[in-house]
Amino acid sequence: MTEYFDEMWGLSQQTRAPYKKFSEWFEGEEPARLRAKQREAEELFRLTGITFNVYGRDEAEERLIPFDIIPRVISAREWKKLSKGIDQRVRAINAFLHDIYHRQEIIRAGRIPREMIEKNEAYLPHMIGVRPPGGIYTHIVGIDLVRTDEDTFYVLEDNARTPSGVSYMLENRETMLQMFPELFSKTRVQPVSGYPRALQQSLAACAPESCNGPPTVAVLTPGIYNSAYYEHSFLADKMGVELVEGSDLRIVDGHVAMRTTRGYQPIDVLYRRIDDDFIDPLNFNPDSMLGVPGIMDVYRAGRITIANAPGGGISDDKAIYSYMPEIVEFYTGEKAILENVPTWRCNEPDSLQYVLDNLKDLVVKEVHGSGGYGMLIGPTSSKKELAEFEAKLRARPNNYIAQPTLSLSTVPIFTKAGLAPRHVDLRPYVLVSPDGVNITPGGLTRVALKKGSLVVNSSQGGGTKDTWVLED
Amino acid sequence: MLLRISHVTKYNYDEPVDYGLQQVRLTPKSTRAQTVLQWSTTVDGGKRELGFEDHNRNTVELFSFDPGAKSLVVRAEGLVQLSNTHGVVGPHEGHTPLWLFQRDTPQTKAGKACRELAKTAEGENDLGLLHDLSAKVLSAVSYETGETNSSSTAEEVLAAGKGVCQDHAHVFIACARHLGFPARYVSGYLMMEDREEQEATHAWAEVHVDALGWVGFDVPNEISPDERYVRVATGLDYSEAAPVSGHLYGSTAENLTVSVTVSSQQQSQSQ
Amino acid sequence: MLGKTAGGLFWMSRQLERSENTARMIETGQRIALTRGADSDGEWASILRTAAVSSGHAAKYDTVTRENAIDWMLRDKANPSSVLCSVETARNNARMVRTALTHECWEAVNAAYLRIKELLARRVSERDLPQVLATIRQRSAFVRGAMHGTLLRNDIYDFIRIGTFMERADNTARILDVKYYVLLPMASSVGSRLDNVQWETILRSVSAEGGYRMTHGHKIRPREIAQFLLLDKRMPRSLNFCCSKIRDNLGYLASDYGERLDSQSCIDTLCRRFMSHDIDAIFDYGLHEYIQDFLSALADLSRQIEIDYRFYE
Repeated sequence: MTEYFDEMWGLSQQTRAPYKKFSEWFEGEEPARLRAKQREAEELFRLTGITFNVYGRDEAEERLIPFDIIPRVISAREWKKLSKGIDQRVRAINAFLHDIYHRQEIIRAGRIPREMIEKNEAYLPHMIGVRPPGGIYTHIVGIDLVRTDEDTFYVLEDNARTPSGVSYMLENRETMLQMFPELFSKTRVQPVSGYPRALQQSLAACAPESCNGPPTVAVLTPGIYNSAYYEHSFLADKMGVELVEGSDLRIVDGHVAMRTTRGYQPIDVLYRRIDDDFIDPLNFNPDSMLGVPGIMDVYRAGRITIANAPGGGISDDKAIYSYMPEIVEFYTGEKAILENVPTWRCNEPDSLQYVLDNLKDLVVKEVHGSGGYGMLIGPTSSKKELAEFEAKLRARPNNYIAQPTLSLSTVPIFTKAGLAPRHVDLRPYVLVSPDGVNITPGGLTRVALKKGSLVVNSSQGGGTKDTWVLED
Repeated sequence: MLLRISHVTKYNYDEPVDYGLQQVRLTPKSTRAQTVLQWSTTVDGGKRELGFEDHNRNTVELFSFDPGAKSLVVRAEGLVQLSNTHGVVGPHEGHTPLWLFQRDTPQTKAGKACRELAKTAEGENDLGLLHDLSAKVLSAVSYETGETNSSSTAEEVLAAGKGVCQDHAHVFIACARHLGFPARYVSGYLMMEDREEQEATHAWAEVHVDALGWVGFDVPNEISPDERYVRVATGLDYSEAAPVSGHLYGSTAENLTVSVTVSSQQQSQSQ
Repeated sequence: MLGKTAGGLFWMSRQLERSENTARMIETGQRIALTRGADSDGEWASILRTAAVSSGHAAKYDTVTRENAIDWMLRDKANPSSVLCSVETARNNARMVRTALTHECWEAVNAAYLRIKELLARRVSERDLPQVLATIRQRSAFVRGAMHGTLLRNDIYDFIRIGTFMERADNTARILDVKYYVLLPMASSVGSRLDNVQWETILRSVSAEGGYRMTHGHKIRPREIAQFLLLDKRMPRSLNFCCSKIRDNLGYLASDYGERLDSQSCIDTLCRRFMSHDIDAIFDYGLHEYIQDFLSALADLSRQIEIDYRFYE
């Protein structure tokens, strides 16, 4: 018996059904050849420039996110259930955003407290009464899932602003196809390569009503020094659309337009990879050099689609997260299919007391934090760390939520000593358009490369794996 | 009362402006107390890009500079029929929830000074309390120009003890919100009886009182707005209701002149 | 295409060309050092001038030595035209215009950067220098090959080519300008060993010894050298060749976009003004003055292209 559920071996060292074919193949492989393949994969990533920037003391350093060649395999049956739950959740998030920026029925109905929104900086007054083109707020969503046993998946968090990592999902598969073509002829894996096309179509489907003819789509990036720049250029390239920066854009004839070699050309749909606060120095942070002055005005005049819609952050806030079961039920009339991790809101005195009493067993997160920063993992923290965090909690309880330490499932990685189980999570990518919800089978599996570690974030030593959803 | 208003904002620049935008909130809406009979907002040296209604139901327009322009003139003029409602604007309307008007903004955040000032206000009912608060704000901040600027915060104003109508409004709003009232900033025009050329646009505050809805308070003039007040735009603070806010590329010296005339048309109408 | 992208393509190819030219100049300097022995530091000073990096060098070093000149030109981060900086700038531009490049082109640029960065991570020893310089030139050739073989012949390709030939023309003109005095008829003490070395330097620094021989035979003479580098139509680094390529590519742009702009008239004028004379007329006018005029006309053209195709705001 192992302590954690392993997706390849279960709890009893017996290969689970979805991994059978892979396991057979793996048994027949020379470790030396696989090691060479692992190095080859890294070289491929480096040459392609699939790097992310880490800001150090002097200059940005480009790093590779480590890639592990052992795939993470999900059966068709498992996926069906997951995707149903994701679909439901994403629809609820969109309905919630519409409501919260219009009549706030959910508050009137007393299902979530007004205070959750009232003082929340992610709630953007500029969006009140605005109907985004196509009625869609979150065109691109990433839902972070973890698994704890054969049947239980939890949603760890929703990413409704600018979820990143989809380029890794695509490149990981591309790399596996190049290195192990024989594996894919043995096993039927649902393809992911349709994502860029689906993204393009789903963005185009949300063009403003005033747009006649094929919509012009563009991707807005903060520029080549941004940590996710590779992804921005990758997506623009695969979609066949321009990759623009704020300095390329102006308001011309009432539209946002890009400076081309032949003059300004209007943009209908902008997939922006810049945070709300920086997107428009005229309306928001006046010091932003990244955004487009006046773009919010054009948006509010209904002449451009911004994806995702500004103000969507109110839906993926960690404090709002704890209300997701209520939110799903309120807008869909159904019980939430995907489970939420039980969450203590430290702004509630009873919860705070419980959290303080049980700090060493809990995971505590900042409400607005991301990237695995500013969090406490009780079981792996020292006495000193616990004491320091307790002080922070007491000083600003509103700033924190706490959750039990989950027994995250593991999937083996390929090490010098052979296969070794490591904790993983999963981020499926979801596209929303008036035509419906499109979920790419699989998503990005992030893996904590350090033995026993539960932190999968790439900024903190996490790696990635190819994620397979098997055909029926 | 029938008022004719002309509000001309003139920007002059040392160097030609290659590209720039001005976002303006210069168009009044008809309400219980005012009927806008005619209004136009026009521009010289630029063009109107678009217009929309913002979350405070203000009419917002975006103007761009003509390439290479060295000056931009925005002219808002029209005719408004007013009646005296003693400051009562009426029930809250629109999607923006009333509770949002209890949100702090950088300029209306109540610090120690605001909180202490708010505590001193007394009254038998909400309205009495607020009128008293208005008087207390005025005694704490005397009317004086040149001591503050458009980005001064309520706390800074109280520390200085001096300010103009915008500052009175910010302090009053900060205190009212601290006392639990939804409150907002109003920019508009006031006809001062002794003159036709007004020194500037005017600003005051509105507070939501359960019994009456939104009610206006003009701190420096010690009254609730009457038929001499034209309401143009509202917001959580100055920045949301500002008549003009702009964005320029490049740093060229800007020279701004504003002229506002408000005149009563009563006589000419009766002739 | 975005104006920024056009500018990025233009500068990417200029910087790649520059890194290659710098490597070639270092090779030439090294060659002279080997043939002339200890007395070569003066020659390095003139090579720094040729590469237009001497003032930066003087700010950092009191004297010019072989070691510090090579290090400055190869890998100094304070020298924006060092091979390392040029390649890095080229790669950043390539990143910026990633969506305009084929996968192969991008990979070639990225691989060049990664390899050259690795090679230039520390000071290059005299023993390793030839190999390092050869790799730099080779990597540049890979990139050119990938572009030649995989890019559509549209505006993307045009801006790349224009950048390449602008930089190359500029480079050849500067080489001639620093050395023009050895080509002047009255200054040459014909056949002296010194002049032979100087002339050879010129030809080498544009990889033109072989081509010159095929065209003019074994006799190295200043008039022929000048003719070859200024006016020859087949020599891929001559001013004439570069200008005609720029004109061609600007022409493709004009027909592609259906619009002739000032850039097109500008290159026509430039070609007429500088390429329609024979070499004796140029010597009569003054070689130095001719080159100075040419360089300034070239800079004007570069600015005009920037404006016409909206590289910047």
